[in-house]
Amino acid sequence: MKIHLDQVTKSYGEHRALDGICLELEDARSLTLIGPSGGGKSTTLRLIAGLEHPNSGYISVNEQLVPREESALRNYRKSIGVVFQSYNLFPHLDAVTNIALPLEKVHDCSKSESIDRANELLKRFKLAAHGNKRPSELSGGQNQRVAIARSLAHDPDLILFDEPTSALDPEMSAEVLDVIEELIQQGKDCVIVTHQMGFAKRASDFVAFISKGKIAESGRCQEIFEQAKTPGLQQFLERELKY
Amino acid sequence: MRGLLFEKKNNGEAQVSSLASVVSFTLAFSILCLLTLAAFASLEYHWNWSSVFKYKTKFIEGWLVTVLVSSLSLAFACLIGGLSALAYRSRFLPLRYLFKIYVEITRGTPLLVQMLLIFYVFADAAHIENRYVVGIIILSLFSGAYVSEIFRAGIESVGSSQLLSAKSIGFTPYQTFRYVIFPQALSRSLPALAGQFANLIKDSSLLSIIAISEFTLNAQEVNTSTLSAFESFFPLAIGYLLLTLPIFHLSRRLEKQLTFDS
Repeated sequence: MKIHLDQVTKSYGEHRALDGICLELEDARSLTLIGPSGGGKSTTLRLIAGLEHPNSGYISVNEQLVPREESALRNYRKSIGVVFQSYNLFPHLDAVTNIALPLEKVHDCSKSESIDRANELLKRFKLAAHGNKRPSELSGGQNQRVAIARSLAHDPDLILFDEPTSALDPEMSAEVLDVIEELIQQGKDCVIVTHQMGFAKRASDFVAFISKGKIAESGRCQEIFEQAKTPGLQQFLERELKY
Repeated sequence: MRGLLFEKKNNGEAQVSSLASVVSFTLAFSILCLLTLAAFASLEYHWNWSSVFKYKTKFIEGWLVTVLVSSLSLAFACLIGGLSALAYRSRFLPLRYLFKIYVEITRGTPLLVQMLLIFYVFADAAHIENRYVVGIIILSLFSGAYVSEIFRAGIESVGSSQLLSAKSIGFTPYQTFRYVIFPQALSRSLPALAGQFANLIKDSSLLSIIAISEFTLNAQEVNTSTLSAFESFFPLAIGYLLLTLPIFHLSRRLEKQLTFDS
């Protein structure tokens, strides 16, 4: 995938969340955004997802500018998948319907086609027995895997993960990270916001360190973790990898 | 004995056996009955059930009218409340304010005042002759304001993360409302809606003021012809309880179901 961020700013009221983010990625399969909480990682991800508008600057994904106008933006969102920290599944629908409904209503698949596709994905993520359960009847790890299946169902060009394991215990985190790693290995383009440095090190080929609304350092995974240049990143990694 | 009258704590969890429930309920109910009987005994009231019994069809007819009027009013109140809750979200501001004013005024004034105003002024001006129709309009408008607030709270209870999720999937605003907001808002509104229905049934008794032959008016008429006030009003109370108790029970069950689901 190619991702370009050019002088992107975003403010919430007085708070300047992003203060001129610049990033140029020519050919990366997986990009990981790391950095301290409140530094702007998730905001960057949401802007790439087209869920919010930047105040200024440009974002392009695979040489296509992320549109500003709402109906064009809606079409853009259809071409990607997003997985959220707290799963954000629809609580009134069972797992199969959570996956099938967007296919049917947004991507114009027939009902039976959508359900078949949903069941196929559930099977792939070892959830075949849980298709008729609602999110309240599933564990956090299971819910997150359903959410990943939902984001994957329409075969998007790019999947964005916003702290996908922050709400999970270590065992469930591992379940979910295994799935994400598998997707990357199969060639799916992913952008991941995570606090799991071990995972970032292992699965990403490009890493951007975002702090105080700017990209303080970015580079190939190995460079970032083994030859960190800026003191900010060095301190951050030291703290994160301490325990 | 202690086990029949007190809630047991088992590892911090409250436990009440069904036998204890029955015993305690019977005890509480008997005390209330005794108090009532004692009060009537001191009154030296001479009961005359036979004169009232002759009017049993009048009671049943009145009760049926109450059920019918309340049910129709609830249906219309849901319609009005739904429209009003949607209007609150409208981008066309005059519409939003129109419904805001309606809800505030209706909730802020007594039903009796609204009833007299609509019956003597608006219904008259609109030449609506049938007082049952007017009665249903009055109750629907009154209850609609409360239903509107129930629906609005239900809609607002659907969290921003759900909306974000719907957006990321590519749902249009209509699809977001239809598939995400509406089903969740409705199921969260049901317990309060059931409670509102019970209130509506009790409030319908005020329709007796504009001479609609519902349950209360019929009981009043029986009282006038037989001069047996208590014998006329006891069946009235029981008739309302027959309707409201199951509804309150249903409302509580829906509430429990809801906490289980979310």
